[in-house]
Amino acid sequence: MTDGAGNPQIVTMRLELRNITKAYPAVIANDDVSLEVLPGEIHAVLGENGAGKSTLMKVIYGVTKADAGKILWNGKAVNIPNPAQARRLGIGMVFQHFSLFETLTVAENIALAVEEEFDLDALSTRIREVSERYGLPLDPRRLVHSLSVGERQRVEIVRCLLQEPQLLIMDEPTSVLTPQAVRKLFETLRRLADEDCSILYISHKLEEIRVLCHKATVMRGGKVTGEADPRQETVASLARMMIGRDLPVCEHPEFDGGGEPLLVIDGLSQKSDDPFGTDLKDIHLSVRSGEIFGIAGISGNGQKELLAALSGELPIDRANIAPITICGVAAGTLRADGRRDLGMAFVPEERLGRGAVPPMSLSDNALLTGHRTGMVRFGLIEDALARVFAERCVEDFDVRCAGVHATARSLSGGNLQKFIVGREILQNPRVLVVAQPTWGVDVGAAAAIRQALIDLRNAGVAIFVVSEELEELFEICDRIAVIADGRLSPVKRSSDTDMEEIGLWMSGMFPGGPAAEDVSHAV
Amino acid sequence: MRFKIEARPQPSARMAYLSPLIAVGLTLFTGLILSTLVGTNPLDAFYAFFIAPIDDWYGLGELGVKAAPLMLIAVGLAIGFRANIWNIGAEGQLAVGAICGGGLALWFYESSSVFLLPAMIVAGCIGGMLWSSIPAFLRTRFNTNEILVSLMLNYVAVLILSYLVHDPWRDPSGFNFPESRLFTDAASLPIILDGTRLHAGFIIALLVVALGWVFVRKSFVGYKMQVVGMADSAALYAGFRRKHMVWIGLLAGGGAAGIAGISEVAGPIGQLLPSVSPGYGYAAIIVAFVGRLHPVGILFASLLMSLLYLGGESAQMLLGLPSAVTGVFQGVLLFFLLAADLFINYRIRREPAVSPIVAATAADTEVTP
Amino acid sequence: MNDVLVGIILATLGAGTPLVFAALGELITEKSGVLNLGVEGMMLVGAVCGFAVAADTGSLWLGVVTAMTAGAFMALLFGVLTLTFQANQVAAGLALTIFGVGLSAYIGLEYTSVALTGLQAVHIPLLSSMPLIGPTIFSLDPLMYLSFVLLAAISYFLYRSKAGLLLRAIGESPRSAHSIGYPVIRIRYLAVLFGGGMAGLGGAYLALVYTPLWVEGMTAGRGWISLALVVFATWRPARVILGAYLFGGVTILQLHVQGLGIDLPAQLLSSLPYIATIVVLVLISRDINTIRLNSPASIGKTFHPGA
Repeated sequence: MTDGAGNPQIVTMRLELRNITKAYPAVIANDDVSLEVLPGEIHAVLGENGAGKSTLMKVIYGVTKADAGKILWNGKAVNIPNPAQARRLGIGMVFQHFSLFETLTVAENIALAVEEEFDLDALSTRIREVSERYGLPLDPRRLVHSLSVGERQRVEIVRCLLQEPQLLIMDEPTSVLTPQAVRKLFETLRRLADEDCSILYISHKLEEIRVLCHKATVMRGGKVTGEADPRQETVASLARMMIGRDLPVCEHPEFDGGGEPLLVIDGLSQKSDDPFGTDLKDIHLSVRSGEIFGIAGISGNGQKELLAALSGELPIDRANIAPITICGVAAGTLRADGRRDLGMAFVPEERLGRGAVPPMSLSDNALLTGHRTGMVRFGLIEDALARVFAERCVEDFDVRCAGVHATARSLSGGNLQKFIVGREILQNPRVLVVAQPTWGVDVGAAAAIRQALIDLRNAGVAIFVVSEELEELFEICDRIAVIADGRLSPVKRSSDTDMEEIGLWMSGMFPGGPAAEDVSHAV
Repeated sequence: MRFKIEARPQPSARMAYLSPLIAVGLTLFTGLILSTLVGTNPLDAFYAFFIAPIDDWYGLGELGVKAAPLMLIAVGLAIGFRANIWNIGAEGQLAVGAICGGGLALWFYESSSVFLLPAMIVAGCIGGMLWSSIPAFLRTRFNTNEILVSLMLNYVAVLILSYLVHDPWRDPSGFNFPESRLFTDAASLPIILDGTRLHAGFIIALLVVALGWVFVRKSFVGYKMQVVGMADSAALYAGFRRKHMVWIGLLAGGGAAGIAGISEVAGPIGQLLPSVSPGYGYAAIIVAFVGRLHPVGILFASLLMSLLYLGGESAQMLLGLPSAVTGVFQGVLLFFLLAADLFINYRIRREPAVSPIVAATAADTEVTP
Repeated sequence: MNDVLVGIILATLGAGTPLVFAALGELITEKSGVLNLGVEGMMLVGAVCGFAVAADTGSLWLGVVTAMTAGAFMALLFGVLTLTFQANQVAAGLALTIFGVGLSAYIGLEYTSVALTGLQAVHIPLLSSMPLIGPTIFSLDPLMYLSFVLLAAISYFLYRSKAGLLLRAIGESPRSAHSIGYPVIRIRYLAVLFGGGMAGLGGAYLALVYTPLWVEGMTAGRGWISLALVVFATWRPARVILGAYLFGGVTILQLHVQGLGIDLPAQLLSSLPYIATIVVLVLISRDINTIRLNSPASIGKTFHPGA
């Protein structure tokens, strides 16, 4: 095996980046970035959200053009004007947000990315061969929308492997996998590396990088801030390189069992209104005052549907009224605004376009759900009150912005999330439902948001969190359950379980879970 | 050296105001070039189009006469457009407004009651609303595209009007011409400026503009509709009812168009004819956009569009140009506006330094921020 | 009786064919994720340009080609606005129609009273002498034959070729297509231009074959009906042609009802095709999933390759 210890005088670098710079109007995404990857090396690019990792990868794959700098491929300077050229050179990329087409089959999806004669039958045979060889089972005839997230990732990987790549770029590949599936993925990646394929592994998960990678390049604010052999580093030392200080820790007082149940779901079964969605099957749960209740699961297993059923965003189905009780009142026939009136607040997964109106100012966005705090009189808006509310939100939750007149879309993901969380908390809810509280948020803001949730729980609010990040759930939750294929697992105190068990459950293997019927869907 | 279009970090408020002016300027410029090409002196053309029609009180009155229906309809349509509810059936709603209000005038032909005129206006408004409630109902109940339904109903409404004036409502002493009896004074809008045709409908239009301003800028319902238009999911998240917005959007447009319809027949026309509008329902769509879907902007845009109509007529008389050029310039104006709007969110930057990578890959798409 | 039937069938085909062209073109445009509401304007400009050139040169075929070019040029305007300048597609489509109505009226002023001899039917030897199907299938005008060929070609393109697969893929997710390296904007331009050319052809059929005359606003909403047809056909080419003949039939029906002496006002009968369009739209849109599953997912949304 060739690894970071290989002799650079003899071995030609597979890929060398020299002084890559890429600026966007508001931000310099890559500032004089240089990087070297050896053949067969698994090379981590480590950094927070917004550190410039993804931009750098897009430059290598020809999706984005650098403003300045040089790319050397196997020792020769090259231009990579588009992804097709990158693929011709032997560069493959697995995107974080997959680049697949839902309504097409696996084979059709792959056909669009390979340059060969259009013959779906021949291609399907090759897909089967490659997928079996690397232990990535795939049926080429299936439509992508019927695949689980893990299977979709396999499609992306197989699509790259068919071109026999010399460099594979993986952008945050494990965010959609269970711990068990992550181990399987690592086996595949190690095997590829043994076959002399280099791998650029983009991640912000420190433990993974220590386990998998031969070398790490650390980025912060668009610059390279260090290089390391991750096997020689600790999580703490890598974290310091990544964020420039120690990882913040939340203060989390002991769970006292909680008070009265404020949010109760009693046997919720619901067909998804999205033809590609997941149906919910007989879900029972109750969230008590003073606790944080977490739902783990691989995305696409019914989280979206469960949240919509809770928030009241689904059309009301009179024939099948959702058995949901909020603060003791049956809420199944209420829309989102009616449920808010009962004391529920909701932080959705999508911030821009759902939690906030992108072209509106923060002040106007405060009105979106905050109007019930008295900002509307006789049907007319009291602008001054909305502004005061927004100002308080910005101040209390440390939202970095140009003022409350700034548009929602001008804020960074982390700051907008702090604003939305703040807006919901300032309405003094008794029940707070939060989806992906820190998804795509920088470490500092994430810690602040988690602490705010814990403080709210200490004040006696019932908090319901859905997250795909297991580490986060274990950090803040008092009790945890898993959702898999629309079914809910048994509920455990987080002190009584661990990531290994929850990980297994995420693939549907829990008492009464779907794994016995359909393992493939959940893995 | 090459030019590049890149995203602005914040949308430019200045460009939002400037872009209609730029569009007007470019349309004017295009008009002058075209008139030169067809052999007309550009100054003559400019005079015929923009000066001659309004160089006396009568002309100014005509400006108001044509602006009134345009601003009325555009304010109503804008309320829907802001929520992405595309009512393009104003032409038909106008016709039905004219039918309902005009029908009342014919029904109570002998009446000289002071209540007749207000009742006609209310009937016109209700008629327009009824016509627009068809797409609203089909949209909310059956999810049917309101663009196509409202448009189809334009043809139906105009055909109904045509039937009525050809047959049951035809003036018995009208030599078989397809037109109704002339409305009595009690059923006609009074003239508000002596020596012109400017009628009370202009005042109604201004009142509606003021109401529209309150609705759009101050009311919570107006805010909700704006949220629906900008981010549908956010409206759902906040619990705003999309169906209500569809109804409000379509009824506002229909009601305003209905009032415009009755104001036309009870004002400058004075009777029901097979055609009661030279395409006001379509031109108002342009007025709404050029006016930035904002009532004050619409006020100015309707005056401009009215001038285009008058200019077309005057150019026909003075220069022998066909009046169809009005339609051409309406379209051109909207084209330029839509194009200029790009610069609200984007700007052009010159790219000074050419790096090796960029030089080799210059063949990219035009809009790559 | 047979003659009456043949007459009705031929008239139905004739009334449906302009819709076939325009709707198939719009179908390709929409498959790429672009909604062009300007079909009415493109048809009118195609019709008037085709008629003018045919009248001036005496060559009908030159007229047909001109009509297609003019339609494509109109579509180019739309493409520049929506694809390059990223304007709202609904607004730009409306602008295109308003512009097309005005422009065609302007160009057509000198041609309103010109008479032309339209394209003549081509009688295929032997086959055309068969009863009923001879005159209705094998004795049609060349553009009708072209419409059949186009239907077959478009069906093959969409469902059998890689380029068609790509077009469908772009209509579903321009973001994904862009990230695996396809020039989304360029391909959408091609789809928009094709739609314009076909709308122009539909206009040419009206002005050079069906009537053959130029009358201001002669499309009388056929562009809009074509848009409705694409929805009615749930974005499938074969259903487009069925729907088009159905509308052709309704158009012809109102003429024959009048001929049969049934005493209904002419204006109310003339409104039948528009009412039928609404009814059909309601029926097909009733189930929200029919539309959601069949319509191109990105339709009407502006795509920015950057960001």
